[in-house]
Amino acid sequence: MALITEVAFHAHMRKRKIRGYVFYALCLTAVALGLVMLAALLYNVLSEGLSRLSWDFITNFPSRFPERAGIHAAILGSIYVVSIAGLVAFSLGVGAAIYLEEYAQKGTFASFIQLNIANLAGVPSIVYGILGLEIFVRIMELGKSVIAGGLTLALLVLPIVIIASQEAIRAVPPSLKEGGFALGATKWQVVRRLVLPYAFPGILTGAILAVSRAVGETAPLIVMGALTFVPFAPDGPMSRFTVLPIQIFNWVSRPQEGFHVAAAAGIIVLLVVLLTMNAFAVFLRHKFQKGTQW
Amino acid sequence: MVTTEKNLIIETKNVSVFYGDTPAVSGISLGIEREKITALIGPSGCGKTTLLRSFNRMNDLIPIARTSGEILFEGHNIYAENVDPTEIRYRIGMVFQRPNPFPKSIYDNIAFGPRINGFSGNMDELVEKSLIGAALWDEVKDRLRTSGLELSGGQQQRLCIARTLAVEPTVILMDEPCSALDPIATLAIEELMRDLSKQYSIVIVTHNMQQAARVSDYTAFITQDERRIGELVEYDDTRQIFTNPTDERTEAYITGRFG
Amino acid sequence: MSQIDGGRIKFGSGSDGVSYMDQDKQVLGRFQRMFGLRWKRNLTEAFIKYGLFLCAILSIFTTAGIIAVLLFEAIQFFQEVSIFEFLGSTKWTPLFSSKHFGIWPLVTGTLLTSIGAMLVALPLGLLSAIYLSEYAPRRVRATLKPILEVLAGIPTVVYGYFALLFVTPILRSISDNIMVFNGLSAAIVMGIMILPMVSSLSEDAMQAVPRSLREGAYALGATQLEVATKIVVPAALSGIVAAFILSMSRAIGETMIVAIAAGQNPNFTFNPFVPIETMTAYIVQVSMGDTPTGTIEFKTIFTVGLSLFVMTLIMNLLSQYFVKRFREVYE
Repeated sequence: MALITEVAFHAHMRKRKIRGYVFYALCLTAVALGLVMLAALLYNVLSEGLSRLSWDFITNFPSRFPERAGIHAAILGSIYVVSIAGLVAFSLGVGAAIYLEEYAQKGTFASFIQLNIANLAGVPSIVYGILGLEIFVRIMELGKSVIAGGLTLALLVLPIVIIASQEAIRAVPPSLKEGGFALGATKWQVVRRLVLPYAFPGILTGAILAVSRAVGETAPLIVMGALTFVPFAPDGPMSRFTVLPIQIFNWVSRPQEGFHVAAAAGIIVLLVVLLTMNAFAVFLRHKFQKGTQW
Repeated sequence: MVTTEKNLIIETKNVSVFYGDTPAVSGISLGIEREKITALIGPSGCGKTTLLRSFNRMNDLIPIARTSGEILFEGHNIYAENVDPTEIRYRIGMVFQRPNPFPKSIYDNIAFGPRINGFSGNMDELVEKSLIGAALWDEVKDRLRTSGLELSGGQQQRLCIARTLAVEPTVILMDEPCSALDPIATLAIEELMRDLSKQYSIVIVTHNMQQAARVSDYTAFITQDERRIGELVEYDDTRQIFTNPTDERTEAYITGRFG
Repeated sequence: MSQIDGGRIKFGSGSDGVSYMDQDKQVLGRFQRMFGLRWKRNLTEAFIKYGLFLCAILSIFTTAGIIAVLLFEAIQFFQEVSIFEFLGSTKWTPLFSSKHFGIWPLVTGTLLTSIGAMLVALPLGLLSAIYLSEYAPRRVRATLKPILEVLAGIPTVVYGYFALLFVTPILRSISDNIMVFNGLSAAIVMGIMILPMVSSLSEDAMQAVPRSLREGAYALGATQLEVATKIVVPAALSGIVAAFILSMSRAIGETMIVAIAAGQNPNFTFNPFVPIETMTAYIVQVSMGDTPTGTIEFKTIFTVGLSLFVMTLIMNLLSQYFVKRFREVYE
């Protein structure tokens, strides 16, 4: 006697087929919902804010009158803070990644550092704000300045840079390094002349992702003490400042409709900047992937 | 040639399998006899695994793969439009090159197939029967709840055979089932195959000619032509192929002059 | 090797007019130059190694700094407020004249929004992951993944705007019971925010399940649904669990959405329709005000920050434990 009768098998198969279609429809719906939300968000922001965008909006300082308010100070503040954060995180992060991948002995200490970095990547960003407030603003007496903000964000994005760089360095074929050592090069020469150029696209992609994370961060800078209303351009590393996301936050929190429109316009600027950076990262990765055929 | 005989379970007619536009095997026509062991041999990369996977429509899972020609299973073309590949795979089981037990208990590895296919009888009995059928019962009967991954390689492969037996297929396809195993485990699987051939039709792909000679009733020799497309060179009784091949390429291969 | 053809050094032969002594000097000079070079090289190498080591060790200092800062201020806080008050009271009013320091309203606010977010992100994220990993044709996948990455890269302040000015009005048009600031809107939008994270981490786990397992199941007559839900998902389970925990931890630490849309009222409630306050939103609230440093109000942000840090740390470690278990099976 057959294990499963023909009739039973086919009846069961019909049910399985239907279940399969239902499940497939569910999966498609889930994906579609995510896309619809993204579309709704973009549509909402564009329909609210696009008409508000103008050159004046970019060059004006904030104002009590929503129609005159602009993002000049916020844009400059973001550029200052993010440049500092990017430079510091990039140099320290790549250094740490080189150490962990090329120099550190595999063992308890290295895996402890590794675990620590993974955990740092998961620490809520607002906690970095508290750290920055205490260490940079109060103990190091940098004040609530551009440099303190930049260093705070640098610590925040450091794990991203380290992890991305480590992955890029790990992808370097061992044969390449062995070739270098066989020619009598020292470790550092191998790292600098062979490993880093090869890993560079990956490292750069990670760095751009880290910077775009820094561009969008709000909470740590609020906690660290960035201002919300800044009618002046930052004039140096010790200047007080605001950044674009904080400006948007400020406008969203106000009751007047006009400020909500300004917030939407600010969001458009922020998203354009971020999308450009992401596109650049994709472009770089693509270009270098083609170029680095060893 | 075997194709003249009547009792065929699978019959391929001018079968070609393409990856994209490139054919991997082309124009294969052969018949697989019921309750016998048929071996497909040939140099690596000749397309014998591709051909084997076309017998239960496993190639459907590769997006770029396409099959032309007809493969008759019990007289029906399995590539006809209204045929459900899932049902074909239920009737034509497969054992793979590397043992691939599911990361589940030994029991659940066996029970998976019957469960999804709607088996409503006594599962404990079926599991026991399948494990006995795969000559694994005595080794695992006290630890059916432990993970299938904890078994040795040879045991894992027998677990995969037991898993296949549990849905009682008509044909079992084996894709180099011993290539990842040591000689002792290989011997155990070969013995098992001889046993199984009393109830099941078995097609085995192997690059090990001694294995083909030891276990199979019929042997098909496949090789690549000058365009690197797999073609069927010779198909006959295993004894005939290994003692008195008609094609010089077969002779060259079995005497070890190439491949 | 005593003789190198065509080379300049030919031991035991003075035929090219150079005396043995000169040759010796030359050789010695070469060794000295090489030795000097190596010495300098070694020094540089050592400097570089320790420089790089400092970069790596900075991450430890960062963690230590976080713990030290939070503990230092929190200990001072607990010298003024008893831990029984902190863990026993259900009122959180440090900024009022009648002060209460019970953490629970902030904890329930945090749990309400983050569990709510997970209720949105978990099913949607898992289903999208299954779609991307098991169903989507390669080209669809190649298009969808970058779009999801865009969704993940949107700053949270933008999501806050979306919650307060788009989702909340829709919710309020459905039910009058929903207030302007509420946990529900924040939870939904936070769910959308972490959806890409749940989806892409779960998909990574599913992609790591070997193809051979899928083939094994198909060969037994399994349908695509059965392969996805009975083989791939169970096999990737610890990786998926890790993704969930990490996403939950992210939701707990998320700040701007809740600060903008959920309110600033530390209510001890699980009612999603009324204003609440999360731990993160409270820290923002205090930071935006002009609370003088050194006061007890100011110290609360460190205590709340410490609680937040401990919660997320535990979840991150848990997640890493699951990832490790997953890797042990498949690598």
